[in-house]
Amino acid sequence: MLPEIVALNTSSSLSVPWWKVVYDFLPLTQWIDSSLHNAMSPFWTTVTEMLIIGVLILLFYALVGLFLVYAERKVCAFMQNRLGPNRVGPFGIFQTIADLFKLLFKELVPIKNADGFLFNLAPFIVIIASFMAIAAIPFAKGLHAIDLNIGVLYVIAVSAMGVIGVLLAGWSSNNKYSLIGAMRSGAQIVSYELSVGLAIITIVIMAGSMQLSVIVEAQRDGWFIFKGHIPAFIAFIIFLISSTAETNRGPFDLAEAESELTAGYHTEYSGIKFAFFFLAEYINMFIVASIAATVFLGGWMPFHVGPWEGFNHIMDFIPPFIWYIGKTFFVIFLMMWFKWTFPRLRIDQLLTLEWKYLLPINLVNVLIMAFIVLMGWHF
Amino acid sequence: MDKIQLGEFIKSIDQDLEIKEGKQYLEVIVPALKLYSLAKQLRDKKEAQFDYLFCLSGVDYGQDLGVVYHLRSTIYDHVIVLKTRTADRENPKFDSVSDIWKTADFHEREAFDLLGIRFANHPDLRRLFLDSSWGFPLRKDYVDDINIVTK
Amino acid sequence: MEEKVKDITSDEQQEYVINMGPQHPSTHGVLRLVVSLKGEIVKNIEPHIGYIHRGIEKMCESITYPQIIHLTDRMDYLSAHINNEAVCLNVEKALEMDIPDRIKVIRTIMSELTRIQSHQLWWASFGMDLGGLTCFFYGLRDREKILDIFEETCGGRMLVSYNCPGGVMYDIHPNFQKRVKEFIKYFRKILPEYDQLLSGNVIFHERSKGIGKLSLEDAISYGVTGPSGRASGFSCDVRKHEPYSAYDRIIFKEILHTEGDTFSRYITRIDEMWESMNIIEQLIDNIPEGPYSVKMKPVIKLPEGEYYQRVETARGELGVYIISDGNKNPYRVKFRSPNFVNLSVFNHITKGFKIADLVAIGGSLDLVIPDIDR
Repeated sequence: MLPEIVALNTSSSLSVPWWKVVYDFLPLTQWIDSSLHNAMSPFWTTVTEMLIIGVLILLFYALVGLFLVYAERKVCAFMQNRLGPNRVGPFGIFQTIADLFKLLFKELVPIKNADGFLFNLAPFIVIIASFMAIAAIPFAKGLHAIDLNIGVLYVIAVSAMGVIGVLLAGWSSNNKYSLIGAMRSGAQIVSYELSVGLAIITIVIMAGSMQLSVIVEAQRDGWFIFKGHIPAFIAFIIFLISSTAETNRGPFDLAEAESELTAGYHTEYSGIKFAFFFLAEYINMFIVASIAATVFLGGWMPFHVGPWEGFNHIMDFIPPFIWYIGKTFFVIFLMMWFKWTFPRLRIDQLLTLEWKYLLPINLVNVLIMAFIVLMGWHF
Repeated sequence: MDKIQLGEFIKSIDQDLEIKEGKQYLEVIVPALKLYSLAKQLRDKKEAQFDYLFCLSGVDYGQDLGVVYHLRSTIYDHVIVLKTRTADRENPKFDSVSDIWKTADFHEREAFDLLGIRFANHPDLRRLFLDSSWGFPLRKDYVDDINIVTK
Repeated sequence: MEEKVKDITSDEQQEYVINMGPQHPSTHGVLRLVVSLKGEIVKNIEPHIGYIHRGIEKMCESITYPQIIHLTDRMDYLSAHINNEAVCLNVEKALEMDIPDRIKVIRTIMSELTRIQSHQLWWASFGMDLGGLTCFFYGLRDREKILDIFEETCGGRMLVSYNCPGGVMYDIHPNFQKRVKEFIKYFRKILPEYDQLLSGNVIFHERSKGIGKLSLEDAISYGVTGPSGRASGFSCDVRKHEPYSAYDRIIFKEILHTEGDTFSRYITRIDEMWESMNIIEQLIDNIPEGPYSVKMKPVIKLPEGEYYQRVETARGELGVYIISDGNKNPYRVKFRSPNFVNLSVFNHITKGFKIADLVAIGGSLDLVIPDIDR
């Protein structure tokens, strides 16, 4: 569960004052781990730890989902010159909970000729894919569920599993509109996977490793977007565009365009299953934003400028968790901004953008980055 | 061309056509058989060039059924009105001008729908607004006890 | 009564028939489109209309002339004032009445405000159809200002029935001139914002340039007027060719473009909004004094004959054709509505484009369905 720890602290008390835990969660997790080891056999310790992490991730998932739905409605409303939810609870913060209750009470309309098993399976696949991706993201120093040595590759691969859910949803609904929507969505996601992967490879070249904790540590003297100047910046822009397309958001939401094909691949879903699709979209956005924040903007690393010790010390004052949340929500805000400003792209324009523009730029960018790293022309 | 010149022009195409000077525009009463050729000549001849059909109305004259065509030229800016009638109320039939002016397509369908006037050589003569269980509501002898309230 | 039923179930295996039913977020109103697709390409569109056919022409045969005004409101409800004006002008022309200048100027100002308001709603829903949902709120926010002005003077926001044969129903409100001038000042600053949001956007250009081209010959042959026709180069502005009300004493441009694609239809309407503001500015300070209504007989009877009046609504040329036999009810009223004709060209220009383009083209043609069905 904690493979990279060198020494195991077997005492049963926290070795640092409690407020320092905020800056480094490692002593806290070690303390919990050692307490459990003292209390039960290794097998049960592992199981308990897995349960704890599972529950925490579920809670996190639900809370982030709730918050993001509310945030989107508020941001969207302010951009459209209106107020957004402001009745349910102070400033409308309980609006999403009310929506959740409504969705739970809705009738699950059974479809006559739909493939029952696949129809019910599709939302679950989408949710599971996003769950698995959350597990590998570093939230703060020491708060990292699985630190795989192929971290980045794992996250990209697992979040790509969501395509299966989308295609299944479209096919099993037995509905022409859903099928068209699902096909479009599938083509779109699979195409933009390439750009996402290549943009991340650009940074992996600079960092020298795919392990997320190593990538974050390597940004101790400056975030990659500044250290890698031009190619890193281009990669960031391309990553933003591709990841909005991956998550079917923003100007690339043709698959669920309400004014064209009445909700696309999730037309036939109602109640809790629709809530799953809906939630998964927001969590995917969160995952993609956190990858952007981790890989380009330093993850939980405060804003350090190389040799300026004093400045770095002041920046360290803010806990890493706050840095991480701040960066992630900044990227999420950018994505919401796009969505409510731009009109939609057509499916062929979308694919043209990827294959004729983004992919060549990306390949050239990777070459430039490799060259720069070889020559040492980065900060 | 003003009204007098237009009148002479029409006479030059066909002597027997009856020309009436209406309050606004020049009106030409055309028998149903000569309609299509006259319409084509009005569009094609260089002095006339009536290329814009801006209104096609079906009218129920009480005993007859008729169609009124309002034509305009975008080049010379003159207007002419063609009128045809037929006394056959059971099966009124005129020639379709939809290959001369494409806008006649929908207008003739509307005339068929509301008045029952058929147009030969129309590409797709179907009812437009109503379904087949309605009669032809715009006719003067249309009776509908349920939907129409009369004093 | 046999009908030729068109067989729309095709034998080709590749063709796929989709119904964009009467209830659809982007066909504005109750319009049913049966679209045959081959993959994403549209092969044929068949509009089915009649869902809101109320028999207005038949109703007009049993009511008096002032009562027809109220029915015309409900045809193209976004150009309600201009529709009313058409019937009033026709009746006044038939009775050979002289209308005082004050009435003409008021009618013209109201018509131009109606045109701006209609284009604002068009812009709002066009942006929304293409996915820029923010456009909807911006367009409607500004339209509310015009509707408030209407409400103060005419009593109604959208369906005004302000015109009547012989003049207008009430004199303009004392606040009218001030509010209109305020609105013009405000809107001149806001309209460039519309350009920033939509017109200048590269995604929007990609979605609208070259889409749905309508050539000049087709525009004339199909009779497409209004901004859609003028975007193809068809000079058809009734305000220029047969000026009515106060249009003969003001200076304004007729907006013509030549490409005839969705983008030019869009730009034509935006430019028309600028021109309308210019027209209002020329008139708002010089409203002549005089009566707001001419005394008419209690029962209006038109002399026997046929009368045709054309006006320029926000969507094209509306023609009102009245056949009168001397009674107080007209013998036959025919409304030549611009949307009816614009719909007939929809199939022709969408062939060969994709479904997403269908929505863009439908939005740029700016159809109001009650005007089609009457």
